[in-house]
Amino acid sequence: MSDQSKTPIIQMKNIEKHFGAVIALAGVSLDVFPGECHCLLGDNGAGKSTFIKTMSGVHKPTKGEIIFDGKPLDFETPRDAMDAGIATVHQHLAMIPLMSVARNFFMGNEPVKKVMGINFLDQALADKVTMDEMRKMGINLRGPDQAVGTLSGGERQTVAISRAVHFGAKVLILDEPTSALGVRQTSNVLATVDKVRKQGVAVVFITHNVRHAMAVGDRFTVLNRGQTLGTAVRGEISPDELQDMMAGGQEMATLEGSLGGTV
Amino acid sequence: MTDASKTEAPDTDERVKEMSSFRRSLIRPELGGMVGTVAVFVFFLLFAFDSGMFNSQGVMNWTIVSAQFMIIAVGACLLMIAGEFDLSVGSMIGFAGMMIAVFGVVLGWPMWLTIIITFAICLAIGAVNGYIVVKTGLPSFIVTLAFLFILRGFTIYIPQTLENKTIIGGIRDAAEGDWLGSIFGGKIFGGFFNILGDAGIIATFERGSRMGEPVVDGIPMMIIWAIILIVFGHVLLTKTRFGNWIFAAGGDAEAARNSGVPVDRVKILMFMFTALCATIFATCQVMEFGSAGADRGLLKEFEAIIAVVIGGALLTGGYGSVLGAALGALIFGVVQQGLFFAGVESSLFRVFLGLILLGAVILNTYIRRMITGER
Repeated sequence: MSDQSKTPIIQMKNIEKHFGAVIALAGVSLDVFPGECHCLLGDNGAGKSTFIKTMSGVHKPTKGEIIFDGKPLDFETPRDAMDAGIATVHQHLAMIPLMSVARNFFMGNEPVKKVMGINFLDQALADKVTMDEMRKMGINLRGPDQAVGTLSGGERQTVAISRAVHFGAKVLILDEPTSALGVRQTSNVLATVDKVRKQGVAVVFITHNVRHAMAVGDRFTVLNRGQTLGTAVRGEISPDELQDMMAGGQEMATLEGSLGGTV
Repeated sequence: MTDASKTEAPDTDERVKEMSSFRRSLIRPELGGMVGTVAVFVFFLLFAFDSGMFNSQGVMNWTIVSAQFMIIAVGACLLMIAGEFDLSVGSMIGFAGMMIAVFGVVLGWPMWLTIIITFAICLAIGAVNGYIVVKTGLPSFIVTLAFLFILRGFTIYIPQTLENKTIIGGIRDAAEGDWLGSIFGGKIFGGFFNILGDAGIIATFERGSRMGEPVVDGIPMMIIWAIILIVFGHVLLTKTRFGNWIFAAGGDAEAARNSGVPVDRVKILMFMFTALCATIFATCQVMEFGSAGADRGLLKEFEAIIAVVIGGALLTGGYGSVLGAALGALIFGVVQQGLFFAGVESSLFRVFLGLILLGAVILNTYIRRMITGER
């Protein structure tokens, strides 16, 4: 935990979300500091997705408060959240494989320059920025015109993350970025998360893989059945304990005996 | 973003193969179209060189036919890259021509007003096409197929009801001296061709009232429009922000929306642009023929799509090139007219076309996979 003295960039206070008769979130609190990687763990159906969708403006909380940068926030649309600096990188990325890395990187935010009063795409700037950003993240492109389809899954995640950061994300929500990746690619993505965090971006890392969380997380919050089971600071909790909390303790403990600690 | 956090990465990756600059410059979406163009020209230079295909008249002949294909191919190309089809292009051509005849000849309106109103109506129909596709989420294939029938129906019904015939003539007289009409109908650079004729570089009439005048006496506006549209389409697609949105809208509409691209607006505008191209085609055609017929533009939608696909565009959107589409249209025009010059039985045109289409698409698919890493 690097900056305990600072104020959190985003605070979620007692968030409740009901869908009709279903209580998806029953009072979840979480805060994230700039430059921190806060891991949100939970098994399927724990409410992770609902929670991050509330954070990114897709859902409005039924009860509770969101404080962003010291001010209470009331997002109407995901666009509001994006404009405020909350970016989400989904499992299924907003990347178009047929298009070049540079064109993807600037999609929706294309730089323009005026030539004879007409706005043209500033391809040279787009190419340069893309190459610089990719080099910082450790991806060697053949050229900025290389298609995203030629990149590996991990590299695509990295492009998506560095794009979000380049366009001013203060809070970066990563929705299971490593769930579909191989070992090597996962470590690349985790390294990217580490770089982004060091730039002062607050990262919310959603996963159900305890080992990936332990690799980069500063703090860990476990969700179970729509409730927080508590937030732990790095070094104060063991992977086994996290695993137990995620699975709801009891059943896992009995199961673990029979599986010999393989889960 | 601070530079302090910059970590040095190795400058090369042993897994990225070096590509020679020659190979890289070749691997582009237009390659299929370029290879095809060279192939058909070599073929006709060998088999039809003495037939008059390559004298001034012959060149003008296949250039005009190619220019016709190019005009509608540019619209179809941008729309296809944006992820949609327009099957109503052919009917739109017939409809637009008929509107000009009805307003300008039957109702006797001034030609400039006729042309402006026809463009307004056709662009509005294009917008309706796009709006229905975007709002209902139906495949554009079905929506524009409906308009293929609706517009063709009106194109036959309106002249029959008004004039009891399906061909309305007299457009050239109605357009005589009209400033807007001449932008679509006339020829330019006549003086240049006179000089060429006098110098003996191109053929001149040897007898009759036009003796001494060059056989080809100017560049028809159809060709000028084709060039304007190709340049406009190419610059729009590759050099502007909107062009990036066209690629994005066709590549993955959902991902584009998530990144803030106004996908619906892009698609509707591309439907309107396709309608614009069809109307330009129709206006040039009726000015040239002097009449509008209810069967004009039949099957043009498929010819446009074939030219675009030969030119390297992906049928499902997100990938393609206006220059490629223009080459596809050139191949189409040269083959269609060239077989006539070469004295080949005209029904074999379809066989040639099918073979070229197949060959170009196979080559294009291979190139595209190399570029985009598709599997």
